[in-house]
Amino acid sequence: MIPASGENLIFRLLRTVGQRIVFLAALLAQCVPSLARPRLIVLQVYNAGARSLIIIMLSGLFVGMVLGLQGFDLLQRFGSEDALGVAAALGLLKELGPVVTALLFAGRAGTSLTSEIGLMRATDQLTAMEMMAVDPMRYVAAPRFIGGIIAMPLLAAVFNLVGLFGAQLVGVQLMGVDRGAFWSQMQSSVELDDVSEGIIKSCVFGLACSLIAVYEGYHAEPTAEGVGLATTRTVVASSVLTLVLDYMLTAAFL
Amino acid sequence: MTITQTLQKGSAAAAGSGSVAAGSANDIVVDARDVHYDIGGRPIFSGLDVTVRKGRITAIMGPSGTGKSTLLRLITGQIVSAKGTVLVWGQDVATLGTREIYAMRKRMGMLFQNGALLTDLDVFENVAFPLREHTDLPEELIRTLVLTKLHAVGLRGAVELMPSELSGGMARRVALARAIVMDPEILIYDEPFAGLDPISLGVILRLIRQMNEGLGITSIVVSHDVQELATIAHDSYLMSGGRIVASGSPKELAASGSQIVKQFMTGSDDGPVPFHYPAPDYRKQLFGGDE
Repeated sequence: MIPASGENLIFRLLRTVGQRIVFLAALLAQCVPSLARPRLIVLQVYNAGARSLIIIMLSGLFVGMVLGLQGFDLLQRFGSEDALGVAAALGLLKELGPVVTALLFAGRAGTSLTSEIGLMRATDQLTAMEMMAVDPMRYVAAPRFIGGIIAMPLLAAVFNLVGLFGAQLVGVQLMGVDRGAFWSQMQSSVELDDVSEGIIKSCVFGLACSLIAVYEGYHAEPTAEGVGLATTRTVVASSVLTLVLDYMLTAAFL
Repeated sequence: MTITQTLQKGSAAAAGSGSVAAGSANDIVVDARDVHYDIGGRPIFSGLDVTVRKGRITAIMGPSGTGKSTLLRLITGQIVSAKGTVLVWGQDVATLGTREIYAMRKRMGMLFQNGALLTDLDVFENVAFPLREHTDLPEELIRTLVLTKLHAVGLRGAVELMPSELSGGMARRVALARAIVMDPEILIYDEPFAGLDPISLGVILRLIRQMNEGLGITSIVVSHDVQELATIAHDSYLMSGGRIVASGSPKELAASGSQIVKQFMTGSDDGPVPFHYPAPDYRKQLFGGDE
């Protein structure tokens, strides 16, 4: 028998998950009509994607450089430093690229989405839309949701590209790994499946992070404190869910 | 005659005549009967009756926290009453689906207390927003309509400004232009005078009257600015304790012998609506320890 507190916890968890699933269903229903306004979606891809480029590129560069240093140190012990390119590429494409991008996305674009929608709620903008017979789910939530899903894989691709450049910079330029071996081993060992695994992960993380950000903003208490709490929940929930989903997806791909 | 010319015609008001009970049943636009509504177990309405007639300015007045804005939410279908009916154009709002609610709202305009302008759009796009969402009008016609409405509220020159660049009064006038751009049959004003300087207040007051007289729009004004409302309202309701405690023309309300009506109309700080929030005995609380 489950104790009362445990029962309460399970009930709350089920309710939380259920609310988000219902919201997702309503959101998906509005995504098709929302596609008729590509200008709104392009604007959101710009907001969530292009405006996150600096932090993504900077983080990608340093993650790649650290990967180059650590990888070289490890591989050197076995005399296989030429495999640094493969190690860096697989690490970035399959794990670090999608995961770190999702964590950064939650911190940069996710919080921005939540606070923007939350403030629209607090200043009656969403109610005003409803009063003008315009569904805010279609006009506000769906374009931001779609924009986030499109932006995430693109950002992960940029992260991977800059990360590989960083690994090459340290491995080849600094540590003296052979340039030809670095690139040729990467080219021969990295399969299309490895790339597609990263892309699928990015898309799933994009969906999860965008859903949480839009949901929290849409349901934020219409007060300064309420919007602040919703923004915090977005970062925490997105980060935890990204790591949980990463484990599940990795296990599924193996 | 253009809408602007019609608005600018602005004849003297014949406000303050007649009573709420007057008029035929065909004139009734909004009819709320025996409405009960509570929030978290706290009753907001317990048997509320309100009637709004076509082409008239109806004022809903009452102390803060009596549920004036909640009544507007009931009329516009944002919430549903626990008991009783709210009929708008003869339709029970509680029974309408989302599609029907939206169809009903297309015939309404609402002015929010803070304007509720979309902050990522400039003034022009804010006013054009309902037209772009609900019509396929050519761009040239949208431009003409938007400029006409903005001219009517005196802000044709502000088309390129963003909402953050507007004063409170200007934002409310832009919101009014947006509310009338679809030529609604009912205009709902939620606290239109709150926080305005005397000039802006006078402008909004004149515009409400002009919308009613020039365009024949039925107006529902929720406010506690008694003196201002008395100059434009045809019918008035005074709410307190979850029900209507007085109704009639502003003149009739002013002549009422009811203590609550007197307190509200004269602005007395104590009376049926007490100055002090319910509290234990002052002396006991000060000197009686934890009691």
